[in-house]
Amino acid sequence: MVAPTTPHHDERRRPAPREGRRPTPGGGLPSRIAGRIPVRLRRLGVPYLLILPAILLELLIHVIPMLIGVGMSFLKLTQFFIRNWSEAPFVGLANYQIAVDFNSAVGSSLLHSFMITVVFTALAVGFSWLFGTVGAVLMQGAFRGRGFLRTFFLVPYALPVYAGVITWSFMFQRDNGLVNHVLIDQLHLGADRPFWLIGGNSFAAVVVVCVWRSWPFAFLILMAGLQNIDSDLYEASAIDGAGWWRQLRSITMPMLRPVNQVLVLVLFLWTFNDFNTPYVLFGKAAPQQADLISVHIYQSSFITWNFGSGSAMSVLLLLFLLVVTAAYLAITSRRRSNA
Amino acid sequence: MREPRWLPWARWIGLGFLGLFTLVPLYVMVSSSIKPLQDVQGVFHWVPSTITLRPFADIWETVPLARYFGNSLIVASIASVASVTVAIFAAYAVSRYRFPGRRAFTITVLSTQMFPGILFLLPLFMIFVNVGNATGLELYGTRTGLIITYLTFSLPFSIWMLVGYFDSIPVALDEAAKVDGNGPLGALFRVVIPAAIPGIVAVAIYAFMTAWGEVLFASVMTDDSTRTLAVGLRGYATENNVYWNQVMAASLVVSVPVVAGFLLLQRYLVQGLTAGAVK
Repeated sequence: MVAPTTPHHDERRRPAPREGRRPTPGGGLPSRIAGRIPVRLRRLGVPYLLILPAILLELLIHVIPMLIGVGMSFLKLTQFFIRNWSEAPFVGLANYQIAVDFNSAVGSSLLHSFMITVVFTALAVGFSWLFGTVGAVLMQGAFRGRGFLRTFFLVPYALPVYAGVITWSFMFQRDNGLVNHVLIDQLHLGADRPFWLIGGNSFAAVVVVCVWRSWPFAFLILMAGLQNIDSDLYEASAIDGAGWWRQLRSITMPMLRPVNQVLVLVLFLWTFNDFNTPYVLFGKAAPQQADLISVHIYQSSFITWNFGSGSAMSVLLLLFLLVVTAAYLAITSRRRSNA
Repeated sequence: MREPRWLPWARWIGLGFLGLFTLVPLYVMVSSSIKPLQDVQGVFHWVPSTITLRPFADIWETVPLARYFGNSLIVASIASVASVTVAIFAAYAVSRYRFPGRRAFTITVLSTQMFPGILFLLPLFMIFVNVGNATGLELYGTRTGLIITYLTFSLPFSIWMLVGYFDSIPVALDEAAKVDGNGPLGALFRVVIPAAIPGIVAVAIYAFMTAWGEVLFASVMTDDSTRTLAVGLRGYATENNVYWNQVMAASLVVSVPVVAGFLLLQRYLVQGLTAGAVK
């Protein structure tokens, strides 16, 4: 870390006390103005002033739109009312009733999309975490090319989403893509060239692409987590005769548990809400078998221009994420305090 | 750590697999960008039949890529600078002051990370359209609207990471600066910010990458003149034909600024994560 003698710091040190000026306790305000406000009040105000811009922006872009979104979900907000939405009629819970009526077309396709997203998230998060852990653990120790590999693994994460995913969509092309060339022409695993971006295979495709994009993030976080483990622990356990596996199970994984707790949650939320990957991979029309929830809501909102119904689905999605997050935190935190 | 005899083999296999998985799409991107059009229309070949740099010239003609590039650059630069500035002040308050509402503030900010983007896309779209109608302040379809949106996207993570980073800087340094006659802002600018440069750089990269790569809001909130790369890249696919060599060349060109920046500065990101987030 930086030594406690920053140049600026030294320059300031000498003149100030000699002039006999009392440091203003509350802030950089000129004492003329500052004198009128009680010191304690001024001190209290400083942190609020500092967080004010952040609060305003969060209110403007996140909190207020979210509240409005909840309000919109109770309106019959179809395309006629987009520009003067104050006239959209109030319909109570009707949008929700349609969304959770699994016998209706809207409800059953929402349920279908939800189930697909659950399976997609479980697979994508699982593999991303596994690859990240394997990568980070195997990167421990010194070997040739370590620094290069560490940087190289992060490239998919650094790449803009659309650049990486569009490359995959080229690879998954039926006639001129790499995947079919390798599977059919080179490995001869079948006679017909399958489609990857429509039909049943599209689900596998979107999982692979999502893992490709997110495992480097898990890797990055776990690398940072591993650096924070005290190497004394390994030395002490080695003296006690612990082998590599034993150290992995008894030191590395337990010490990484707090990191993993946050990492898995973040991966889960990002993956469940992922819009970019399927949207860029499939273009405007996502196939039935890979109809992930964000794209589903987006399409049903902007194709039908029924924002009321779209908002109701988004609110349901948020409620689900809130419940899962709360349950996850409760379970993992309890296990941590018991451990 | 003592290494068992098989570990180098496991390392070779495990890291080899991950390396290939990472490499193949990157190889496809680079190799296809220097192929002539007939190469990318027929069956895939690992090696280009002839090497041509034509795609790199054509990409600027097929779609107005330069304009998209400029838009992305303006939006991402302003959004990341503004985001870092706002985050520095907020993180300093959270790190150095104990004030009522501190916990509520951090929890609220962090929890916005879990909101599905789609949930506030629709209301924000409505707000932008209606603010434009009511006041004449155009947010929908403009770069300003996009900048404000993106800057808040990176804010939660930036604040979180900077709080951790600031916490690792001894408070005694602030106190010394204050004794010397600096106010809290003086201490922030003279002591904390210089000591936290790696963390601040890391946060700035993150904010820039977030804005550069965002697709959902860009696809709804922009029009022809303000379109960013995220949406513009789709222009290479026409009704009958996709110029895959140009798509790959354009993907490569738009990736270079962020990937280069990221790779040059990634050690700051790792440092920042080690000091801040992962504790």
